[in-house]
Amino acid sequence: MVVKKQERESLIHERYLRHHKKFPHVWCAGCGIGIVMGAIVRAVDAVGLSNDEVAMISGIGCSGRMPVYVDFNTMHTTHGRALAFATGLKMVRPEMKVIVVMGDGDALAIGGNHFIHAARRNIGLTAIIINNNVYGMTGGQYSPTTPTHAYATTAPYGNIEQPFPICQLAQAAGAAFVARSTVYHARELSRFIAQAIQKEGFSVVEAVSYCHTTYGRINKLGSAVEMMRHLKDKGVTQKTFEALAEEERADKIVRGVFVDRDIPEYTRLYDEIIARAQQTVANGRTA
Amino acid sequence: MTGKLMQGDEACAEGAIAAGCRFFAGYPITPATDIAEVLARRLPQVGGKFIQMEDEIASMAAVIGASVGGAKAMTATSGPGFSLMQENIGYAAMAEIPCVVVDVQRAGPSTGLPTKPSQGDVMQSRWGTHGDHPIIVLSPSSVRETFDFTVRAFNMAEKYRTPVILLMDEMIGHMREKVELPSPEAIEVVERVSTSVPPEWYKAYENTPSDVPPMISFGQGYRYHITGLFHDERGFPTQRLDEIDPWIARVFRKIERNLRDILIYEADEIEDAEIVVIAYGATARSARHAVKQARARGYRVGFLRLGTLWPFPEEVVERAAERIHRVIVPEMNLGQLALEVERVVGRRKVMRVGKANGEMVTPQEVLDAIVRGVSAWL
Ligand SMILES: Cc1ncc(C[n+]2csc(CCOP(=O)(O)OP(=O)(O)O)c2C)c(N)n1
Ligand code: SF4
Ligand SMILES: [Mg+2]
Repeated sequence: MVVKKQERESLIHERYLRHHKKFPHVWCAGCGIGIVMGAIVRAVDAVGLSNDEVAMISGIGCSGRMPVYVDFNTMHTTHGRALAFATGLKMVRPEMKVIVVMGDGDALAIGGNHFIHAARRNIGLTAIIINNNVYGMTGGQYSPTTPTHAYATTAPYGNIEQPFPICQLAQAAGAAFVARSTVYHARELSRFIAQAIQKEGFSVVEAVSYCHTTYGRINKLGSAVEMMRHLKDKGVTQKTFEALAEEERADKIVRGVFVDRDIPEYTRLYDEIIARAQQTVANGRTA
Repeated sequence: MTGKLMQGDEACAEGAIAAGCRFFAGYPITPATDIAEVLARRLPQVGGKFIQMEDEIASMAAVIGASVGGAKAMTATSGPGFSLMQENIGYAAMAEIPCVVVDVQRAGPSTGLPTKPSQGDVMQSRWGTHGDHPIIVLSPSSVRETFDFTVRAFNMAEKYRTPVILLMDEMIGHMREKVELPSPEAIEVVERVSTSVPPEWYKAYENTPSDVPPMISFGQGYRYHITGLFHDERGFPTQRLDEIDPWIARVFRKIERNLRDILIYEADEIEDAEIVVIAYGATARSARHAVKQARARGYRVGFLRLGTLWPFPEEVVERAAERIHRVIVPEMNLGQLALEVERVVGRRKVMRVGKANGEMVTPQEVLDAIVRGVSAWL
C-alpha cells in the first residue's frame, strides 16, 4: 500500500512526538523552533533510527525546550552545558545517536568553550544550533550572533560587537561535518540534519531561525511571516552566492554543506586506548 | 600482611575502581590532579573511560551524562574547580542522578594556597549550589579511610540517587601511609535500583515506598525526560504545587530515613567525659593525639570523629554533648562545622579552634584548648 505523503507525515508525528502528553508547546505562535523540531524528526525517520537509540540533549532557552516534545531519551540540562552532558553520555553509550539542540546564546556564549572543544575532540555528537540572533527566552538581549548595529534590549543604542560565524568557527575547531540552512528551507534543513546524524564525528547544523517576538519587534522586522520571507529571500546556496557580485553578498545567508571530512571519531579512538591499556595489563606491566 | 605505601589521592582512585566507577571526567588542579592521573591509567585497564574536559563545569556535566548512560561516574577537584561545579551539582540533586564529586580542599578563597590543606569548603559542600536540596558529604581522616569512604560514597550515591561529595583535604590527599586494601570480595558494592516494569509504566520520579525511584539508563528502551526544572513523576516540567511539594518532601525523606546507613562517626570515651573534642578529616588526627595526651594527664576528654559531615549528625552530636560542659571543635577554617555544633549544643558550650592560613591545627593547639576549657569551667 502506498501511503500518501500527508498520511506519512502524520505517522511521523505519531511516532516521534510525545503527542498526547506534552502539547501545546511553550513557543510563540509563528516561532521557527518548531520547524527545526519537525526537521529533526523527519531526519531521524529518514535515517531509519528507532526512538530508543536516539538521545536529545538540550541546554536552556526557547530552543532548549525542544526535548520535552520528542519521544526519545531526552535531557534538558543547564544553560550552555548540553554538549558536555552529551559528551559523558556518548562516552558510555557510543552506540546511541546523540542530538544536541542549542540556541545561539546557549551554544556560543555561555557554552562557547564546550562547543569548540567538542569539535576539537571530534566526538560523535550532532549539534543543532538554532540561530535566532538573540536571547529569546530572556526577552531579547543581544547574543553572540546578533549582527553589529542591530538593537536588543541590552543594546538600546545598537550592538557594537561582531557576530560569530558559527560554521567557520566549527570548521576551524575541527568538526567533521558543518552545514547551514534555514527554517524556511525546512526540507533541506532536514536533509542536512540527516547527513549530520549519519556522520561519524562531530557534526554541526546551523538552523537559521528568527524571533519575531523579541528581536523582530525591537528591530522592526515585522511579523513571523515577514521574517520568514526574509529567510526565503536572503537564503542562497553556495553556488548562487559565489556567482553574486561582492556588494550583493553582504546580507545573504549562505546555505549548504561546508565541511564533510573523515576524521577519527573520539569514542572509537578511546576504544583503542582501552585495548592498549588492557594489553599493558596482559603483558604484566602495570603501566 | 603486605601493606602498600599509598597516597590519599591514589587510595581514592583505587576505591573508585573497586566501587565500580567506570567513568571519570576532570580538569587538573592541585591537590586533586593525582586522582585524575591514576584514573587516566587505571580506568581503561578495567574497560572504563577517562576524559579530561575543558573545565570543571564541563567535567561535572559529563559525569552526570555518563551516569544517565548507566556508568558509575566521578570527578575530582579542589576549591576553585569545586566552585565551578556547583550549578551542575544542583542539577544532579534536582534530577536525582547518582555521582561522586571529590573535593581535595586547599586553602582559599580564590587561588589561595594551592599546596596547603584546608577544610574551608565545609559550607560550600552543603550550600554551594542554589536552592534547598539534600546532599551527602563524607570526610576521611586517613589513606585507608579514603579508600573505604570512596566506596561508600559510590554506594550511597547509587542507593539514594544523589550526588555524594567526598570532602578530602590536601593533607590526606598527598599523605602517604602504608595501607592494606581489602580484597575485592570483602568490599560491599551497591548497584542502583532498577526495575523490570514495562516502559509505558515506568516513572523515573515515582513516589515509591522506599522514596528512591528506580533509575534506568538511557538507551535501554525506556524513553523518559530529565530536567533541572521541577518535574512531575514522569520527569516533565511542572509548576503544580501538588507535584512540586511531594518531590521536595521525598528527596529530603530519602536521606533522612536512612541516617543509620549514611551517618559515619566514631565516638571514643564519651561516657564519662567532661569535655568532648569533635573533629573530622586531617584535623581529627591532631585532635586524637591531643585527646590521648590530655587523658594521660588525667583530663576526662571524649572524642567524636565525624566521617559524615552532611547531613549533619545532629543527634549524635547532641548525645555526645549532653552531660558535657565544653565541646571543642578544631578545624582548618574559621568555624564552619563549629556553627553546626553550636546550633545543636548551644553557643556557650563550644570552643572553636580554627585556622584558615594553610597550616594544620596542631595537637598542642587542641591540647591547649582542652586545658583552657577545663579551667574555664572549674
Ligand atoms: C547560568 C544561567 N545564566 C543565565 C540563564 C538565563 N537564560 C535562560 S535562557 C537564556 C538565553 C537563551 O538564548 P539562546 O540560547 O539564544 O536561546 P533562545 O531562547 O534564543 O532559543 C538565558 C541567558 C540561565 N538559565 N542560566
Ligand atoms: S520568544 Fe522568540 S525564540 Fe522564543 S518561542 Fe517566542 S518567537 Fe520563539
Ligand atoms: Mg537565541
